[in-house]
Amino acid sequence: MSATPTREQTEAMIADVLEVYPAKAKKERARHLKPNDPAGSKECAVKSNVKSRPGVMTIRGCAYAGSKGVVWGPVKDVVHISHGPVGCGQYSWSTRRNYSRGTVGVDNFVPMQFTSDFQERDVVFGGDKKLAKINQEIAELFPLAKGISIQSECPIGLIGDDIEAVARQSAKELGIPVVPVRCEGFRGVSQSLGHHIANDSIRDWVLGTRDTTMQTPYDVALIGDYNIGGDAWASRKILEDMGLRVIAQWSGDGTINELATTHLAKLNVIHCYRSMNYICRTMEERYGIPWVEYNFFGPTKIVESMRRIAEFFDDTIRERTEAAIASYQAKFDEVRERYGKRLAGKTVMLLVGGLRPRHTIGAYEDLGMEVIGTGYEFGHGDDYTRTYPELKEGAVLYDDPTAFELEEFARRLRPDLMGAGVKEKYVFHKMGMPFRQMHSWDYSGPYHGVEGFAVFARDMDIAINNPSWNLFQPPWTRSGEVVTP
Amino acid sequence: MRQIAFYGKGGIGKSTTQQNTMAALAEQGHRIMIVGCDPKADSTRLILHSKAQTSILALAAEAGSVEDLDLSDVLLEGPNKNWKIRCVESGGPEPGVGCAGRGVITSIGFLEENGAYEDLDYVCYDVLGDVVCGGFAMPIRQGKAQEIYIVASGEMMAMYAANNIAKGILKYAHSGGVRLGGIICNSRNTDREAELVGELARRLNTQMIHFIPRDNVVQHAELRRMTVIEYDPTSRQADEYRELARKIHENDRKTIPTPITMDELEQLLIDFGIMEVEDESLVGQTAAAV
Repeated sequence: MSATPTREQTEAMIADVLEVYPAKAKKERARHLKPNDPAGSKECAVKSNVKSRPGVMTIRGCAYAGSKGVVWGPVKDVVHISHGPVGCGQYSWSTRRNYSRGTVGVDNFVPMQFTSDFQERDVVFGGDKKLAKINQEIAELFPLAKGISIQSECPIGLIGDDIEAVARQSAKELGIPVVPVRCEGFRGVSQSLGHHIANDSIRDWVLGTRDTTMQTPYDVALIGDYNIGGDAWASRKILEDMGLRVIAQWSGDGTINELATTHLAKLNVIHCYRSMNYICRTMEERYGIPWVEYNFFGPTKIVESMRRIAEFFDDTIRERTEAAIASYQAKFDEVRERYGKRLAGKTVMLLVGGLRPRHTIGAYEDLGMEVIGTGYEFGHGDDYTRTYPELKEGAVLYDDPTAFELEEFARRLRPDLMGAGVKEKYVFHKMGMPFRQMHSWDYSGPYHGVEGFAVFARDMDIAINNPSWNLFQPPWTRSGEVVTP
Repeated sequence: MRQIAFYGKGGIGKSTTQQNTMAALAEQGHRIMIVGCDPKADSTRLILHSKAQTSILALAAEAGSVEDLDLSDVLLEGPNKNWKIRCVESGGPEPGVGCAGRGVITSIGFLEENGAYEDLDYVCYDVLGDVVCGGFAMPIRQGKAQEIYIVASGEMMAMYAANNIAKGILKYAHSGGVRLGGIICNSRNTDREAELVGELARRLNTQMIHFIPRDNVVQHAELRRMTVIEYDPTSRQADEYRELARKIHENDRKTIPTPITMDELEQLLIDFGIMEVEDESLVGQTAAAV
C-alpha cells in the first residue's frame, strides 16, 4: 500500500498550511506548491525560478555561490579569486565537499581561499589595478597554477570595474588563461543564474581553445558531477567499466585543460542537468556533440543510464556495458539484502538544489522506500517536468519552500526521513525526525555509482534506525496532537 | 554652527559662487569649513590660491586607508590670515572608474569621526552637478547640511537641474530635516532671467535669494586663483557676494521644496519664451520627411 497521500489530501494539506498567509502571499505561494500528477497536467504544474517573496525564510544562494561554489570552484588547478570584500570568499571557504586529488598549493587549489579583500579605497578608486597585481602575484607564488578565474562579488558590478580588460591583459602577460566571471550576487533570483553565467564564461574564454593529439571513438565528457564526497570518481569508474574514455570531468576534480579540450568528446554525459545543460547545448550547437542525461543513484537508474549511454556507441561498448551490469549485480543484491528489510516502507521528504530532488528517488525506491514529497531550491520548469513522472500521484511538490511550509508539511506527513541541507538539519532533529544532508552527504559519500549505493543505503539506515530516536519523546506526542496526512 | 550646501548644474558657477560667498562671510569674522564633494577637487582653489587641493581620498589611497590619516593631513588654511577658512576636498577616482559617491560618504565619515566639525560657524558643502546617487546625497542626509542653496540661471538645463535637486531635497526633508534655503541666480544674461528664476523659485516653494549679475572681474580673479572679495574688494561684484552672504546669514525662509513635473516646467519655459510649443506632429519625423 502506498504511503503517499491522494491528490485531494495533498491539496487540502497545502491549503491548510497556506491558511496563515496574507491573501497576496497565499495566492503567490500556492503556485509553487502542488500535488504531483505523474502525467504532468497543467493544473499541477509548479511555478519556479522566480524571485523569493520578501519576508519569508528561503534557503537560496546567489549567483556568486552558483559560479564560485558550484561550477568553477571544483576546477582544481585554477586559482579562483573571490573578487570583492573578504566575506563572500571567507565564509564560503570549503563549504562544499568537492574532493580533489593533488598537492595543495602546488597543483591543487581547491582547499585554498583567494580573495582580493576589497577595501573602501578599492570601491572608490576601482579595483582593476589591484586585480592585475593579484594575478601577477598568483603566477609568481603558484607557478603550477594553470589558470585564474575572477569570481565577481556584488561591488564589482556596482562600481563598473572592467575585469574583462584586466583578464585579457593578465592572460597575455602571464601566459595562462584568466577568466572574468560576472557572477555578482545581486544578479538573478538564485544561484541558478550563477551556474549559467559560469557556463557562459567557460564557453567564451576556455572551451575549444586547446587540442589533443590522441583521440578515440569512445571519448566522453563527464558533465555536472562535482565530486561531492568522491561522487565523480565513482561515476567515472562505471563509464570506464563500459569501455569509455573519460576525457574531462566537469568540474569535480577537473582541470582547465579538460574544460579546454571537451569539444573533442564524442558524447557528453550529464548528471546535474540544472547547472550544466547550458554548456552541453553550446557544444551540441557549436561542435555537433550529442549529450545525454543519466542518473547514477541506485541500481535501477544506474543500469538504465548505462544502457542509454551505450546506445550512442557500437556493439563493443554495448557488450562491455552488459558485462559490467552483470558484474555489479552481486554488489547491488548484497546492499539490498542487507538494508532492504530495515528500510522497506519508510517514507522520505526531500528539499535539495536542482537535481537530487528527482535523481535520488530511484535509489530510495531500490531500498523499498517511498518519496512522498520533494522540492527544489532553484529548479526551473524543465526540472519539474522531469520530476513529475518519477513521483507517485499525490506526492507534494514544493518550489523554493519557506522554512514554515517545509516544517508544516513535514509535521503533517511525518516522513521517516528528511533529506535537505544543514540549514534544515537541526530543525528537523528537534522535531524528532531522522535527517540526512543531501547537499554534502553529511560528511559521507560517495552516493553516486556502485560503491556509492552501498554508502547511501548505510547512511539512510543509520539515520532512520538510529536507536537514539527511541530515547526521547518528540513534541507532538507530548502535546497529544494528532497528526494525519 | 550652520551647515549649508551648494548644488546646481555642472558649470553653473557653484564653486565660484560658494567660495566668494564664504570669503564674504569670513570677512565678517565667521569661522568656516569648506568641504569639496566633487572628484575634480576644485571647490577650494580660490581660497587656497592653489591648483586642486590634495584630497582625502588621494591621501588615503596613498597611505592605505582613511584610518591612516590625521585631520591635519587634509585640512588646509589659505594664505589670507585674516580669514578663518579651513578647506578640505573629498576627491575621488579618475572619470570612469570606481565609485565617487562612496568616496564622498567615506570622506565625510572621516571628517566627523576625527572632530573636524568643532569650533565652526559655517560648514559649506560644494557638491558636484547633480544628485546622481546616494553618495552625492550624503551632505543632505541626517545630521549634515540643513540648508541647501541651488545655483541656477535662466538657461533651460540649469532649471531642469534645479528642479531635480529639489526632488532630492524633498526626499530627505522629512527624514533628515534638510530645507531649501533658496535659489541663487548666477546670471547668464538670458532674457527675463530674474523674472523666470524668481517664478521657478516660487513654484518650488522657495525664494530667489539673490541675483548675481555677470561681471568679468570674476574671470580676472579666477585667473589669479582668487575670490573677487580678495582680488578686488572694492568692486561692485564683491559687494554682490557680500550681499548674498548677508542674505544667507539672515535667511529665515527655509522650506520643504515642492518640485514640479516635467510638463509644468516645460510650460513655464514656454510661457517665458525659452522653449517653443512642441508640435506633436513632428515627433519622430526625419529631416527628409519634414
